[in-house]
Amino acid sequence: MDLIFEKSRPGRRAGRVPDYGLPVPEVPAELRRATPPRLPEVAESEIVRHFTALADRTFGIDTGFYPLGSCTMKHNPRVDERVARLPGFRDLHPLQEDDGAQGALEIEWRLQQILAEIAGLPAVTLQPAAGSQGELTGLMLVRAYFDDRGEGDRRDTVVTADTAHGTNPASVTMAGYKLEKVETDARGNLDLADLRAKVDGRTAALMLTNPSTLGLFDEGIEEVARIFHDAGALLYYDGANLNAVVGRSRPGDMGFDIVHFNLHKTFSQPHGGGGPGAGPVAVRADIEPFLPSPQVVRDGGRFRLDHERPKSIGRVRGYSGPFGVFVRSYAFILAYGPALREMSDAAVLNANYVLARLKDVYELPYDRLCMHEFVLSARNLKRDYGITALDVAKRLMDYGIHPPTIYFPLVVPEALMIEPTETEPKERLDAFVDAMRRIAEEAAESPELLREAPHRRPVRRLDEVRAAKQLVVRYLFDDSVGAAPESARADSSARANP
Amino acid sequence: MPAAESYPDDLKYHAEHDWARIESDEATLGITWFAQDGLGELVHFEPPAVGAAVAKDEPYGEVESVKAVSDLVSPLSGEVLEVNEKTVDEPETVNADPYGEGWLIHIRMSDPSEADSLMDAAAYREHVAEQ
Repeated sequence: MDLIFEKSRPGRRAGRVPDYGLPVPEVPAELRRATPPRLPEVAESEIVRHFTALADRTFGIDTGFYPLGSCTMKHNPRVDERVARLPGFRDLHPLQEDDGAQGALEIEWRLQQILAEIAGLPAVTLQPAAGSQGELTGLMLVRAYFDDRGEGDRRDTVVTADTAHGTNPASVTMAGYKLEKVETDARGNLDLADLRAKVDGRTAALMLTNPSTLGLFDEGIEEVARIFHDAGALLYYDGANLNAVVGRSRPGDMGFDIVHFNLHKTFSQPHGGGGPGAGPVAVRADIEPFLPSPQVVRDGGRFRLDHERPKSIGRVRGYSGPFGVFVRSYAFILAYGPALREMSDAAVLNANYVLARLKDVYELPYDRLCMHEFVLSARNLKRDYGITALDVAKRLMDYGIHPPTIYFPLVVPEALMIEPTETEPKERLDAFVDAMRRIAEEAAESPELLREAPHRRPVRRLDEVRAAKQLVVRYLFDDSVGAAPESARADSSARANP
Repeated sequence: MPAAESYPDDLKYHAEHDWARIESDEATLGITWFAQDGLGELVHFEPPAVGAAVAKDEPYGEVESVKAVSDLVSPLSGEVLEVNEKTVDEPETVNADPYGEGWLIHIRMSDPSEADSLMDAAAYREHVAEQ
C-alpha cells in the first residue's frame, strides 16, 4: 500500500482553523524554521482510510494469541480503559495543585500501598516510566545507599545472571558499575559455586529475575540472598516475571531489598507498540530516604507531594509518572480483589499445560515444572532438517498466531520462549499446540514451506540484516537534501509493493 | 553465501568459539564457523583500538547480529597490532569466510606458552558436538 506521503496532493486539507485574529506569539528568529514542515496533505476521508487499513493489518492481543515470552501479553480489561477515561482523570493537568488533584493523588498513594504489599517491602516510588528505568532507578538507589554508608567507592560491581534480560547489563553500565555475570547450573538455577567465587566486598548488588527468563523459579534463592547479604551487598528483583508469583510469594520475603514492577505486563496495559509502561520501585525501609522526589504522602485525610527529601536521588521523570497507567493497573487489581493470586495460578497452569503438550516434539533444555513461561529449543529441527527457531516463528504467523520470543535467553540455542498468560481459554492453547506440532511435521515434510514463511501475511519474510544495517526511519523525498544513499532509496520504493 | 562447516587443523581453539592462528610470537584471532552459525549474519563488529592490551579469556570487542550482541573472548594475551578494517566495514565477511578474510584482529603475544592451553581442531570438534 502507498505511504501517507505518497497519497499527499498539494492543497488537500482535513480541516481549516478559522482566523480568530489572535496575536501571534513572539518566537525569536533563530528558533523559527526557514521553511514550513513538509507534512502530507490529505483529505480527512483518505486519512481515515489510510490508518484504518494499517490498523486492519496490525496484529495485537485483540486479534489473536500472542505468546511473546517475557512480555506478558494478557487481555486488557475494557473496564480499566473506561475508568482511566473518566474526565476527572483524563482532563487533569499535570501541574494541577495538590488540593485540586486529591483523587488522583489518592489513587497513586493507594497503588503504592498495594504494590508494597505485593512486593513485601514497605516503600514505593511510582516515578519510573518503564521497567528499564525502574532498573536504572534501582541501581541509583544502590549507589546512594552505599555512598551514605561510606562504602560507595569500594563497591563497584553488580552481578547479573547469564539468563538476564539485556536491560540488566545495560542498566549496570549506565549506572557506572562493573558487570559480573554468573552462570546457570544444570537445573536452571544460579550456579552457587560460581556465585560464591564472584561475590566479595566489591559487590554492590545482584540483579535477578525470579522466575528467570527460563521460566524457572530459582530453588536456591534463600542461599543466594544469604551470600549477598553476608557480603553486605543488596539484592535487586527484576519484576519482568512477577506475573508468575503475585499473591503466592513476595520478593521481599525471598530476601530482595529493591524490586521493580512492570505495571504494563503484570497489571495489564495495551503495550504491544512499546508503551505506555510504568516501572514503580519498592524498597526496604532503610533505602526509603533515597527514593525519587517527590513522593506521594498522606497527612491525615489529605494527600500531597512531598518534596522535602534531602537524601533523595532526585527526579527520574517529569511530573508524577504515567498517570493513566496507574489508574488502569489500580482498577485491574481492585477488580480481582483477594482473587489476585488466581491470576498467577492460572498463568502457571496454562504454561505447564502447553509445555506438557509440546515437549515431545521440541527439545526442552531444563525439564522441570515451569512457572508462567517456558523455553523450548528448535535445535532438533535445525539438526535434522535445517529448520531454525526463526523459521518456526515465521510459520506460526501463517497460522494467525504471534510468534514467541526467539533466540532468548542466550543460554538456550534456537530458543523459543513461550508465555501464554492466564487470559487464554483452553481452546486457544490447544490451537497453538496444534500449530506448533503441525509445524514440526512440516519441517520434516516440506522444509521449504517454513524457510519461505510467512506466506499469508501482508508482507513476506523481511530482510532483518538489511534493516539493521540500512535503517530508514523517515520519508525520503525525491529532492531531500543529503538524502540517504542509493541503496536506502531503493528500499523505500521496494517497500511500496502490496 | 555462508561458508560450509569446517575447523582447520592449523588453528588453535578456545571454548568460547574463538580461534587463533599462531605465527612465531604473533597471532591472528577470529570466531569459528560454529560461532558465526549460531549468531547468524553479523551486522556490526566493534573492534579494540590498535595498541590496546587483550587478555586471555577476557572480552576484547563485540560482534552483533540480528539475534544478539556477543562479547569476543580472546584466546591469548597480548597487544593489538592490527584490526581487520574489512570486517569492520563489512561484518558479513565473517559469515562468508570465518578463517580467511573474516579474521578480526592481529596481536603480538605477551605469553606464547598460553597457546598450550588451547584446543586443537579435533578437541574443538568434540567440544562443538557437546553443545
